[in-house]
Amino acid sequence: MTFLNYLLSGISLGSIYAIIALGYTMVYGIAKMLNFAHGDVIMVGAYICFFAVARYHMPPVVGVLAAMAVCTVLGIVVERLAYKPLRAAPSLAVLITAIGVSYFLQNGAQLLWTPNPKVFSSVVGTGRLALFGGQLTVSYVTITTIVSCIVIMVALTWFTGNTKMGKAMRACSEDKGAAQLMGINVNSTISVTFAIGSALAAVAGVLLCSAYPTLVPTTGSMPGIKAFTAAVFGGIGSIPGAFVGGLLLGVIEIFAKAYISTQLSDAVVFAVLIVVLLVKPTGLLGKKVSEKV
Amino acid sequence: MKNTKKLISFIMVVTMILALCSVSALADGEAFKLGATGPLTGGAAIYGNAAANGAQIAVDEINAEGGIQFELKYEDDAHDAEKAVNAYNALKDWGMQISLGSVTSAPANATSAENFADRIFALTPSASAPTVIDGKDNVFQMCFADPNQGGASAQYISDMALGSKIAIIWKNDEDYSTGIRNSFVTKAEELGLEIVSETTFAAGNDTDFSVQLTEAQNAGADLVFLPMYYQPASLILSQAAAMGYAPKWFGVDGMDGILTMEGFDPTMAEGVMLLTPFNADSEDEATVAFVEKYQELYNEVPNQFAADAYDCVYALKQALEAAGATPDMTNEELNDLMIEQFTSMTFDGLTGDGMTWDSTGAVSKSPKGMVIENGVYVGLD
Repeated sequence: MTFLNYLLSGISLGSIYAIIALGYTMVYGIAKMLNFAHGDVIMVGAYICFFAVARYHMPPVVGVLAAMAVCTVLGIVVERLAYKPLRAAPSLAVLITAIGVSYFLQNGAQLLWTPNPKVFSSVVGTGRLALFGGQLTVSYVTITTIVSCIVIMVALTWFTGNTKMGKAMRACSEDKGAAQLMGINVNSTISVTFAIGSALAAVAGVLLCSAYPTLVPTTGSMPGIKAFTAAVFGGIGSIPGAFVGGLLLGVIEIFAKAYISTQLSDAVVFAVLIVVLLVKPTGLLGKKVSEKV
Repeated sequence: MKNTKKLISFIMVVTMILALCSVSALADGEAFKLGATGPLTGGAAIYGNAAANGAQIAVDEINAEGGIQFELKYEDDAHDAEKAVNAYNALKDWGMQISLGSVTSAPANATSAENFADRIFALTPSASAPTVIDGKDNVFQMCFADPNQGGASAQYISDMALGSKIAIIWKNDEDYSTGIRNSFVTKAEELGLEIVSETTFAAGNDTDFSVQLTEAQNAGADLVFLPMYYQPASLILSQAAAMGYAPKWFGVDGMDGILTMEGFDPTMAEGVMLLTPFNADSEDEATVAFVEKYQELYNEVPNQFAADAYDCVYALKQALEAAGATPDMTNEELNDLMIEQFTSMTFDGLTGDGMTWDSTGAVSKSPKGMVIENGVYVGLD
């Protein structure tokens, strides 16, 4: 039973990584850039929801919608101001800019909302579902997170596969220049990608803070990095890969803590990542793309 | 577009000029220049800002009285040793004569070595690692050293027979937590307390505590010792409550602040015990006045970092007065006078009465046992 309990803890931690990783992988898959500010957009989303619910006493649903709206706008603005001027620049420049945006958001949040931690109250209640006569429990947050992950995953796969905008996104991802020649507006396509990625970040932020309720301006950064790892683990750019990678990373982390050592758990997690990448450099579900010369 | 750019650059230029204008109001030689580094930004900013605010209140009070005048300057170190040394050098260029060290332990380890080499006296409000003062004759602490606190906690648990099976959860990448845990374990062995579970966490790994709590519960621990700051502690308390695990909780001074977190449900912390030098709910006249002033200026309840920094400035004032020091003295002269004063004087402050310092720079004051009842601290003794 203890084993199953640890497994469930791993899944609840992993589902949080998964939902953050979905946003990372979405933006990377289409814009081909690592948006390191993703973790901080998550934090902004969580703050917006916190203020809507705790300060202005709005119902949680309104809080989540407000967070999504603000983050969508934020994502588009950041893309326009910080990334768009660098569209033709080497990818390293964009990466550094993303790190800059990340610090800007963290410090901005600190100025606006002070560094004092706030306690986020879960949007889905703190209840737990008891199984096997109470020997195993799963929190509602975990169930909500997993359901949201699956819904988002299916929706994104459908969207990129079947809609006009989705097709434009895939075209941009393959070759921006060629896409433009075919009459696709590359800039607005990438803006839409960021808008969707940031709205997902808001949902992830709300769920992250519902599960682990301390909210500070650096709340998003470490889960962001872990989720990025999860996305690489699952194959960056692959939507189901992000989900699988996130869940596995969470489970490995909890098992390493429980059965190896609480001191070495991160070392174990990253050692597994190295081994996976040595054997399968594109990640678990990553596609191997051969460069045409 | 072009105009917007011009406008932005114009605003920036104006800001820079304004920043230059905020130079010191007092001429050299009229006030003692007090310099300090602390995390004013970043994850530990709550501690740095609290200390800077607390020290500023004390400086303003003292300057208003006439007599000794201080000029205080806090530089940001973002809780990073390298940045702390840069900040220290900036303060030295500014003409710092006496230092309030650094707020947190890791930067303080770096800056205290500089203080020692440059012969600038330092009194740190809150950098509690023993390495901060070790081997440095001119670096003093206002807070308890970590070993002192861990040992006192074990003694307290044993004296009051609070628990028979003890679990410890500590943060193994932080000097503060590790130091307290080590001295707690040593003292607990001496006293015959049984430690049944020991688990750790680290930065970046400090959100999920299900494994640590399950282990403590399976080992049958009836008291869990939490040598850490209140932020992870609040997560531990809420996750334990969700698991239905309700042992006795015993914290340290870093736990102070848990009740002032916005949105925190105080019933989570019901019955949490801690040893702390400062209690913002105290009826003591000086504390009440300080808390009121702090709330008025910064809109929040001061924590122990603010109180420690406030005490630092007053302790320096007392020492400077007793030594008859004047602001035109060099930092070497002040350094020798301060060492002499601090090793011989007794100081009463917000964080304790009858504090004394030995030649190593460690303070001697007695921690107060507190328990949280109905959302407020109540003295245990």
